[in-house]
Order: sequence, then C-alpha cells, then structure tokens
Amino acid sequence: MDRHYDMTQEAPTLPELVCPAGNLSALKAAVDYGADAVYMGFSDATNARHFAGLNFNTARAREGIRYAHERGTKVFLAINTYAQAADCTRWQMAVDLGAELGVDALILADIGVLDYAANRWPELRLHLSVQASATNPEAIRFYYRHFGIRRVVVPRVLSIKQVEQLAAQSPVPLEVFGFGSLCVMVEGRCLLSSYVTGQSPNTSGVCSPASAVSWEDTSRGVESRLNGVLIDRYGGGEAAGYPTLCKGRFKVGDNTYYAIEEPTSLNTLALLPELQKIGIAAIKIEGRQRSSTYVKQVTQVWRAALDACKQDLPRYQARPEWLRALQQVSEGTQTTLGAYHRPWQ
Amino acid sequence: MTVSTTQPRLSLGPVLYYWSRQELLDFYSRIADTSVDIVYLGETVCSKRRSLRSKDWLALAQKLTCAGKEVVLSTLNLIESAAELGTLKRLCSNGRFAVEANDIGAVQLLSGNFPFVAGASINIYNARTLRVLADQGLYRWVPPVELSRAALADLQRQRPDGVETEVFVYGRLPLAYSARCFTARARNLPKDDCRFSCADYPDGLELATRERESFLVLNGIQTQSARSCNLIAEVGNMASLGVEVLRISPQQQHTETIIEIFRRELSNRPSKGNAVRVVDKLTPAGSCNGYWYGVSGMDACTIAEAPWR
Repeated sequence: MDRHYDMTQEAPTLPELVCPAGNLSALKAAVDYGADAVYMGFSDATNARHFAGLNFNTARAREGIRYAHERGTKVFLAINTYAQAADCTRWQMAVDLGAELGVDALILADIGVLDYAANRWPELRLHLSVQASATNPEAIRFYYRHFGIRRVVVPRVLSIKQVEQLAAQSPVPLEVFGFGSLCVMVEGRCLLSSYVTGQSPNTSGVCSPASAVSWEDTSRGVESRLNGVLIDRYGGGEAAGYPTLCKGRFKVGDNTYYAIEEPTSLNTLALLPELQKIGIAAIKIEGRQRSSTYVKQVTQVWRAALDACKQDLPRYQARPEWLRALQQVSEGTQTTLGAYHRPWQ
Repeated sequence: MTVSTTQPRLSLGPVLYYWSRQELLDFYSRIADTSVDIVYLGETVCSKRRSLRSKDWLALAQKLTCAGKEVVLSTLNLIESAAELGTLKRLCSNGRFAVEANDIGAVQLLSGNFPFVAGASINIYNARTLRVLADQGLYRWVPPVELSRAALADLQRQRPDGVETEVFVYGRLPLAYSARCFTARARNLPKDDCRFSCADYPDGLELATRERESFLVLNGIQTQSARSCNLIAEVGNMASLGVEVLRISPQQQHTETIIEIFRRELSNRPSKGNAVRVVDKLTPAGSCNGYWYGVSGMDACTIAEAPWR
C-alpha cells in the first residue's frame, strides 16, 4: 500500500536534518550545532567518499556513535559503493560492524549488500543511498519489496515538481539533498572518473581522485589535469578550482565553456517550505570531505532555517545572513537550485 | 557456471542517437541482411525523441524476427516522468518480445512476469546481485562497461545457472546520465525547448579539451566516450570466459562492416591485416580498451600488456 500525504488532514512534520561526518571533529560539530542525524563511513572503498585521511576506523566510529547518541543524535552509516566480485566480504563485514556498533540505519546502494543486510540483520533500518539512482516509484518499490528499505535518498536530477510526484507515490519517505557539492550526473550512473583515472564512485568510492591530479604553471596559465587530461586552464586573476572532471572548461565546436557544469554548490534553502509541504522526511547536507568548520557553519544555518519553518511556515524566508554564510563555504562560491529548478536542466 | 564451447553470438545494441524515422528504417533493413544474431530495439536515451513510436518499434521487431533475428526491446535509462513510466509499462507488458531493463524501475515491472535482460547501466558488480535478479527473471546481463576482464572472470565463476553474459565489445561507451541536456546546453537552449538539437549529431556532439584532444561525446542527457571501445582482439577468448553474447553499438557509418569483421573473427576467418587496426579505422575518433585491462577506460592497451596471456 502506497503512502499518500494528505495535506489537509495533518501538518507535515519538520524534515530531519542529516549532516556529514567525515571525521570525529566534523561529527561533533554536526551534533553540537543541531543535526538530527549524522552520516559517516568507514575508511575503505565501502563508502562513496573514500578519500585519504577521511572517515572512521572502528574505535573512532564507536566514539562518534557514543558522542552522538548521548546527545540524542542519530547515526547513519554509508556503505554505498558497489561490492566488487573479488572482495564481497569487505562489504559484508562493514554491514556487520555497523550493526554491532549500533548505528541507527545503514545507507546502502548495492543489491547484493542490501540482500545481505536484510537477511543478516532483519531488524536494522535500511536507507537506499543516492548511489542506487532510484528516480521513479517503480524503482523504489523494487527495493522496498525485496529489502524493506524505509527511506530513499533521491538523486539530484529531479525537478521540485517531480520530487513532489515521487513523494506522493513512493512507498517510503524521501530524503533530498539540501546543500553541498552538486553532482550533475545521476549518482551511481556516472563512470566519467574511471574513464579517465581507472577509479569511479561505484568501484572505488572516489571521483576525480587527488592521486590523479596535477597542476602546472605554464605560459598559458595554471593548468589542472586529471591523469594527463587537461580539465581547465586559469588565466591571470582567475581562482583555480579542483579539477573535478565534469566541472572543467572544454571545447564544443568553437566555444570553450563549462560544457557540463559550472563549479557551483546546490542550495535549496529557498525551497524549504515546499519541501516541507511535500512531506520530505529529511534534508541531507553533502560534504563528508569538507572541514569541521564547514559542517559547523552549514549545520547552524540549516538548523536555524528549519526552526524558523517550524515556528512560522507561512512567513518563512531564507534570510540574507544565512545565504551569505552558505555562500562563503560553497564550491566556486556560487550556489544554484540545480535540477529542482527546471530551467537549470 | 557452465562454460560453453560454442562461439559467442553477436548482438547489435540500441541506436543511442537521434536518427530520423527514415534513417532508422533504412538502417534496420540493412541490419536484417547482416549476420548479427540479436537486435536490441528502442529509444534508451531521451523520451522526447520520437522518430518511431512504440508501435513502430514493435512492427520493426516483427520484421527483424521474420529475418531470423532474436529481438529484444530496450528501454529508457533514466525514468523520471509519469509519461516515461507509462511508455515503460507498455513495453514491459508487450507479451511478445523480451525486454532489456536499463533502470531498476523496469526490473520491478518485469519481475516475476517476464524474462528480461539487464543492460549495462543496471549496477551488477557481484554474484549476489546477479542471483537476486536471476530469481526475478533475469536471463542475460550486460556487465557495467567499467568492469575489467579480471572482475568479470571472478563474477563468471559464481554466476547462477541459466544466466547469459553479454559484453559490450564495440562502440562509444555510455558513461553517464543527467537531468540536464548537454546538447541543448551547447546551443544555449533549455531542455524544455531543445529544438531536437540531437538530430544534427548522428554520432553525438564531440567535446574536446582546451588542447583540442577529443575527449567525450554529448548525446542529449547521455555522456559517452569520444573513443570507441574496441575489443576485437579479445573475441577469441570470450568463450573461455563463459561469455555468450558480444554487443556492437551502432554508429552512423560502417556498422554493417564492423559486424562482419567481428563475425569473421569469431568464425576464425580473420580479416586481412590486423583486425584491431582494421576496426580502428572505422571508428569516428579512435579507440580504447582500458576498462577491459583494469586501467583507465580511455587507454588503448595492446595485447602484449595483457596479464592473462
């Protein structure tokens, strides 16, 4: 039986604020500044932010979970890459460890891992990761029917109208991205990184890995490359950005431009009332690779915005000081509504 | 897994570009005369492309069946709107032809009702996933194009019975999907007013680096490799890996020639000269095979570098 939200019957509850914890200090910042839940991953290829110096070993994870739980904050564990055939036990061990550590939910993408978790730990709450690319109600039904998922993180490709329709037809509540780096491609369906570097989010939990990046100051400007492929070139006065390969400048015909996407961050603060009316269960903040200062700043702003919604939804407006604070920590210091806003597409 | 001793069959993937009705009909009437065994039909990239409607595809499927081809109806990779879901439902319940699912939504609609093929954009990276899907009616799967030969060999050893494996052996690699239409963007048009720009690029729109190195291809909401994957050197070893089907992806020119070159290679009647070079000459912008070797997909490795030799 599908759940339908009846707006006339009950006021929708406030979405949960789900914040990134790339390490213990980021976790503490998120907890201290008002996250309802934090999400984290282990230090290996089982999660989609497998970056050097990031994430949690068992001892740190235990400490972080204790810190969060003592303060009433939930902890979600992302095991959201695809289990590789040669090494499936690594993903199963991550699931077992998460269950034993007492996390509140696992965020999973791989059908094999979901199947394992649902059978081995039937009581454990499962969320479908954005990396599973579920963009329509039939896809969500598949994961609900087979693995009893209780929430879906929706890819950043849907317009607000489509999110609304999906929420009305989905058998489980939706979590949407509110802020952070913007994937222009459907998550879990992008192999650009492995095409250039051999490593992709699906196989290795990385995109445009730092090990493949090189910079060179040339007479034409500063050049950023990924495994030798020129991603961008910066002239005098231009701030050089990280060469995420979909965010470089390329030539199509005679034009040189951001052919795929500008270096920009998603920011949906202005859409918050609509998201709440739709009945969205949770707002996710991207950025496990970012500093604890970022986490603190973003959590603080979103907590204030959600509380303002709670107090007086009809009069809610994104305040200029919030937008300024978010702007400061945005990639490329620009923000966009992304796919939520149809003309972006 | 039982390793077949028979040679793999050849398949032709769906046309990934926006060709006109006449171009499609002409193309498939030529394909009917080739030695290809299996033909995948349908629009898989953008629901706005309607040179052929569902009923036209079904009529074409009928024709190709009469010409002795096994036909599979392929479906959209990214399903967002109610209209797209409606089309998908009609295709899934056609009752006559098998369906290739390219989104888990299609798998859900086919599960338990109709046997299906899982396309390369269904993320199958391990045997447990394959088993779950086989229980739902999957009878053939196309590994993600980024899977290496070594990873495939691991998976093949644990493959459930009754499942066939089809490897993408030739063509520009589908690498990514987006809500955004990059072809419309290249013309400064929004997606909702794209003016069917894709129609002008029968092999997609090339994107180069600022050093003019051919890099990617924009094909509406899909991004492809500019280089075509070319695994003709591997054809002779596919049977020992338990691979039953080899997929060639259509391009505007030379598709029939490429099919016949692969056929000759499979039948041990190789073309004159080096087959790799012969095929390379027919690609729009050079070739690559790095994924198969477990390195960057864009790389072009030579047989001498193959660790399994």
